[in-house]
Amino acid sequence: MYAFDWSSILTSLPFLWQGMVITLEITLVAIVVGILLGTIIAVVRLSKNSVLSAIAAAYVTLFRSIPLVMVLLWFQLALVPPVVRWLFPKANLDLNLIIAFAAFAFFEASYYAEIIRAGIQSISKGQAMAAQALGMTDRAVMRLVILPQAFRRMIPLLLTQAIILFQDSSLVYVIGLADFFGVAKNRAASTGSEVEFILFAGAVYLVLCLTLSTIVRQLQKRITI
Amino acid sequence: MLDSRFDGLLAVLDFSVFLSPSPEVGANYLTYLLGGAVWTVILSVLSWVIAFVIGSVMGVFRTLPSPTLSKVGACYVEIFRNIPLLVQLFIWFNVVPELLPGFGPWYKHLPSFWQQFTSATLCLGLFTAARIAEQVRSGLRSLGRDQYGAGLALGLNIRQVYNLVLLPVAYRIIIPTLTSEFLNLIKNSAVASTIGFVELARRSESMAELKSTVFEALLAGTLLYGVINLIVLFFSRALERSTKLPGLLGAQK
Repeated sequence: MYAFDWSSILTSLPFLWQGMVITLEITLVAIVVGILLGTIIAVVRLSKNSVLSAIAAAYVTLFRSIPLVMVLLWFQLALVPPVVRWLFPKANLDLNLIIAFAAFAFFEASYYAEIIRAGIQSISKGQAMAAQALGMTDRAVMRLVILPQAFRRMIPLLLTQAIILFQDSSLVYVIGLADFFGVAKNRAASTGSEVEFILFAGAVYLVLCLTLSTIVRQLQKRITI
Repeated sequence: MLDSRFDGLLAVLDFSVFLSPSPEVGANYLTYLLGGAVWTVILSVLSWVIAFVIGSVMGVFRTLPSPTLSKVGACYVEIFRNIPLLVQLFIWFNVVPELLPGFGPWYKHLPSFWQQFTSATLCLGLFTAARIAEQVRSGLRSLGRDQYGAGLALGLNIRQVYNLVLLPVAYRIIIPTLTSEFLNLIKNSAVASTIGFVELARRSESMAELKSTVFEALLAGTLLYGVINLIVLFFSRALERSTKLPGLLGAQK
């Protein structure tokens, strides 16, 4: 039988917490930027301008057909370093963290765009027509009538996507960033308790995600009409 | 003045690099990447077999009258859906061989390539099974209770009702969602690169690093993923057409 030794996890808790902060930062940035950018992409995609709409559609299709690992490699090896050095030639920045923020924000925007597009399309046409009849501009119709209703309907889906994103953020392992799981792996290597650290990381994710998804399910029950 | 690294963005792509020799003996970088794509496909297809079998069983469990079996199905789905794929992969790669008495010694005698392959296949298969279980369950749910009741009234037992009546229709209904799960599986298989398995993502990364031809390598890898996607979509449309049932929405005439 394998002899478990959990003692090194206790001494590593402060490091693991620092990693969890990184994980939460990536998740939060990707949620906020992803939803903002995703909303713009969804609105543009549904707009009457066929060129802009095709560009938005291409953005979504492109990001959704590439593995997240490849997206991270693109941002790490090709896209982010030259842009950062060009914008901030002197600054001493944590490049890996910027790569993670950018990759997840742009990647998640394509997933959020699809959720938001479906949300907008679920609002009945009569609403838009009524608002136009009241003399509102297209922009006002979208901002004051359609989007507030659409977002209320989408809340459970947006939150579910956030849970998926929280899990996917562990993939920053690919670019060598020490998020929660990255720290767990590093500590596992330096203490030799690989089995314990990986199981502990899995258990933490399981408990957090189960709790969050239970909350989302309760919320969904409450807001369904 | 532009930073010298910025030149990478402006430089004309150099496709002759694909014909230069790669780390694999006797292969140039083109065949090296194609070989990676083949391993991506092999890994995905094998995992799909595991995912389809276990996912179907768990999905059926969740719709059965037995509260125990339906709880087993629910627990399976919750566990495999709420742990990140990357963590699951390292559980199969580093933890299970240490803890499982029969599996460990056999596994540790494998060459490292096959260790990576076994772990990745099991991990992706069981992870995807949880998602397929959800699709199968919703497919079965969408049929309603009538067909189930009618089957029992004809004297079929529960197993026969599922095999002969419910599942043949449910699978047809969920072909489109199963297709997108398969596409997800192919994308997820890139995670296997983290344990060193030399599939497509890993090979385009090492080409980018070894030859410092970042754009060519990533572009080729990305395009190959796109091509695999298109081939899968083509086959799934054909499958959908050939299994269409008359009288359902989506069936023509």
